[in-house]
Amino acid sequence: MNTGTMELTADEQAMLRGERGRALQDAIQFQIEVGSFFEAERFVPVTNVHVMGDIEVMGDAGLGILREYSDEHVHCAVPTSTNAQCMHFADIDDVKQDAGEEKKEREVLKHYRQMRIAPTDTCINYQTVYQPKLGEHVAWGDTGTVIYANSVFGARTNFEAGKANVAAALTGRTPAYGFHLDAVRKGTIAVDLKAKMRDLADWGALGKIVGHPNQDYFAVPVFRGVGDMPPSDALKHLGTSLASYGSMAMFHMVGVTPEAQTSDTAFGGSEPRNTMTVTDADLDAVYRSYRYVDGRNNVVVFSGPQLSLFEIQRLAELFDGRSVAPGMRAFITTNYAIHSDAKRLGYVDTLEAAGVTFLKGVCFYILQGLSRIREENGWVNLISNSGKLVNTITAHRFNTVLRRTEQCVEIACTGTLK
Amino acid sequence: MTTTLTVLRGYGEPVEGEALVMREGFSPRYDLDRLTGVISRIGHSAEGLSIKDRILVIPTVKGGVAGGWAFLDLLHKGIAPKALVFGKLNPVMVQGAVLAKIPITEGWSTNALDQFSNRDVIRVDPQARTIALVRKAVVTHGKH
Repeated sequence: MNTGTMELTADEQAMLRGERGRALQDAIQFQIEVGSFFEAERFVPVTNVHVMGDIEVMGDAGLGILREYSDEHVHCAVPTSTNAQCMHFADIDDVKQDAGEEKKEREVLKHYRQMRIAPTDTCINYQTVYQPKLGEHVAWGDTGTVIYANSVFGARTNFEAGKANVAAALTGRTPAYGFHLDAVRKGTIAVDLKAKMRDLADWGALGKIVGHPNQDYFAVPVFRGVGDMPPSDALKHLGTSLASYGSMAMFHMVGVTPEAQTSDTAFGGSEPRNTMTVTDADLDAVYRSYRYVDGRNNVVVFSGPQLSLFEIQRLAELFDGRSVAPGMRAFITTNYAIHSDAKRLGYVDTLEAAGVTFLKGVCFYILQGLSRIREENGWVNLISNSGKLVNTITAHRFNTVLRRTEQCVEIACTGTLK
Repeated sequence: MTTTLTVLRGYGEPVEGEALVMREGFSPRYDLDRLTGVISRIGHSAEGLSIKDRILVIPTVKGGVAGGWAFLDLLHKGIAPKALVFGKLNPVMVQGAVLAKIPITEGWSTNALDQFSNRDVIRVDPQARTIALVRKAVVTHGKH
């Protein structure tokens, strides 16, 4: 048996010999190949897995893998949820998706259920589904979920993508490299925050300022001088932006996150390799860096990550009694659980009365057929308060603009691009 | 030609092919039209170029978990790259490359962006941990 750089337990050796079935053998073989690339020495058990995979990204080949696993009637070894998916399954005139792909997506979800994966269809599992504890090892498959788990909970996970997270769900373990190890979790970049953070978009802008010039999975920024205790949604926007621009999987925030009681603790006795200072002027420069292009039809999107209940509550207050302007479209994405509560509390009705469209169980940038949808609608500028979204959606050739939340609502309701 | 770089680590079988050299990070989600295999992000250094059968030379990564599935999907569609030569990478790229059995390396002994140009034929040997120039591109006008 080729175990690469890894030493296996008796149980793991049995899996590798195929004694637990072909699916587990295939899964652990794959994990050993990945783990050996990073010179992992062993596996670590995980308590929870978050699977990323929909038909838009996995295609027919990925569906074939799920089909094979599902046909063998294998079940996940630990509780497992799913990330935001690509199909909204609703009849929306200007967001039509391909019927053939929708059928395949339903098959993806069927296989998930058969494997005992719960299709929560959310990229904010950390706010609504499962909150791991300090030091708990998990295997999560969306960068925003990973950076939140490592940073805010002090849990331990790498980016687990594609077959890697399905394999972790089946074997109940993952190779111990990267952010499962103490040494990798030390801060490497000092960020002195002098800016006043006024809006969720500011946290996304901060993530861009720090992430873009320091693109490195193993870089760990340490934020110092943070004033008021940031709420979960602020840390969510910061984390997703750092992960998007910088491919980063962890940050510390002194006095806020659990492995950063002090700056010294966060750096683990090491010196930062560089120090940055971020001021109000730096945030303003981010907003000024975006340019509108001529376009009759534009779209304001609150998504990437999906919105929490409190984000939706605030938007309901801002849109109350107003209407989305002609030539503009406004979208919110969230998961089914949050939408259900927001509906019960009247937020959904207020927002829909203003002309805002909800998309459930998806994130905007991963919508199946998005380039075609953009072309069919003639959408040119995409305005958002999400630092992540304005970066991730660019392959679909939107002209993206980051603006603060109130400005986004004003743009949606007036049609004036400012 | 004698230009040879050593790399930190690698996966896969040796492969030879034409380079596509990117000047910034790469993500299949952010930068690529995954129906055509053409770089579609406005302003990307390789905008308008196809990754099909090319050895991608990429300094860093950005994002994102899409690569975990995307390289297999690209392979299935017949538009996959031949190999991935990263300066710095994240686990997603390794997970995606292993799934699609596409050779991948990380780390450069000298800056590969200074050594290789688009359409140079290079040889990637992940086990020997080397990237070698086989022959320089024939210079033509227009896009590579």
